[in-house]
Amino acid sequence: MNTPAVTRASLIEARGVYKSFGQTPALRGASVSVRPGEIFAIMGPSGSGKSTLLHCLAGIYTPDQGEVLFDGQPVNIMSEADRTKLRRTAFGFVFQFGQLVPELTAADNVALPLLLNRTKRKAAYQIAGAWLDKLGIGDKSGRRTGELSGGEAQRVAVARALAMNPQVIFADEPTGSLDSLTGEKVMDLLTGLAKETGSTVVIVTHDARVAAYADRVATVRDGLVSSIELPQTTGGGAHASPGTPVTAAKGVE
Amino acid sequence: MSVPLTLLGLLEREPSHGYDLKRDYDAFFGRGKQLPFGQVYATLGRLARDGKVSAGEAEPGEGPDRKRYAITEMGRAEVDEWLAEPVEPEPHLQTVLFAKVTLALMLGRPAETYLDTQRAAHLRRMHDLTELKRTGSSLIDVLLADHALFHLEADLHWIDLTSARLAELAEAVANR
Repeated sequence: MNTPAVTRASLIEARGVYKSFGQTPALRGASVSVRPGEIFAIMGPSGSGKSTLLHCLAGIYTPDQGEVLFDGQPVNIMSEADRTKLRRTAFGFVFQFGQLVPELTAADNVALPLLLNRTKRKAAYQIAGAWLDKLGIGDKSGRRTGELSGGEAQRVAVARALAMNPQVIFADEPTGSLDSLTGEKVMDLLTGLAKETGSTVVIVTHDARVAAYADRVATVRDGLVSSIELPQTTGGGAHASPGTPVTAAKGVE
Repeated sequence: MSVPLTLLGLLEREPSHGYDLKRDYDAFFGRGKQLPFGQVYATLGRLARDGKVSAGEAEPGEGPDRKRYAITEMGRAEVDEWLAEPVEPEPHLQTVLFAKVTLALMLGRPAETYLDTQRAAHLRRMHDLTELKRTGSSLIDVLLADHALFHLEADLHWIDLTSARLAELAEAVANR
């Protein structure tokens, strides 16, 4: 791959992770390695364990067995306080829904994690405003998020995740409740801005069109990972007309 | 749909007469469009000429051709190569995909691995098309890319579903 030799090969890593809920095993020795700065998608059928894997990587769940490393440090044996700090300072989260406080304005929602992290009020709201502008919803900053459309609310969620300048953004079905076009806008913004800021993105999706934004895609099946490389396109591939490989004649035969 | 490679694959199971090959081809891959006898024998003739099958002595009896054909090492290698390589990701390839999966199961080859390879090829193509959309294409290019993406996505659904049904399909193939 194209990762320069000087960078750490993996920023987040799961090694042989097992996780069960009661008698039901969700992960059965899953291993995966996410490189710094990449957009990494985790796909799989429902019940395959893909969300559980994301929650383990993000230090939300503690694996029953196996290791989770972030920047070389074992997350699975950290104290709850350290893990909370890590989630608050190094990680950003975008979920399908439910992560915003509907009674608060868009600006409040984005500023909230900054305030919790002891950023001064004025600075926090300045940062929040700048990110809402970048996401094209600066004019909605004073609106309560409960009154926003699904796509607008998801952009607020992306702004909130990016505003902390996290090393990693974890996104679980971030476009799951959006229509195709709105979902595409959100993915364009999320991946484009993450590349700009150098944040790594780990995204769980069942949608191949969302996974197509990723540099690499891992498929989870029955609690195990089968990683699939998506090498960067070289030469003409990405520049060819989209019509070429889809040979129209074949489509109408 | 590659008739020569499919017949070659069917021959790998056991040496067969043209009639048996046609019957199995029609049953598995014909789907209402039977393979003409003429095409079966012409194809077998070409495969024999190219050294991919060998024809036995004509056996006594009635019918157009009483030769039993057997696959050669070269033919086997060709089937192997064909089954291992992903099809160019494009819409409307389900019949080729289906033939590959079914033959792989018949021959005890890793159908799951083939589906994984195909899934990877599809995802890679989808990634390229998404990059094309992201990097300032014209709206027409975006719309064409969308069209391709939706068709590839439909193939992927089929690949995933077939993956989930492999055991069932293997049983159906074994019981013919």
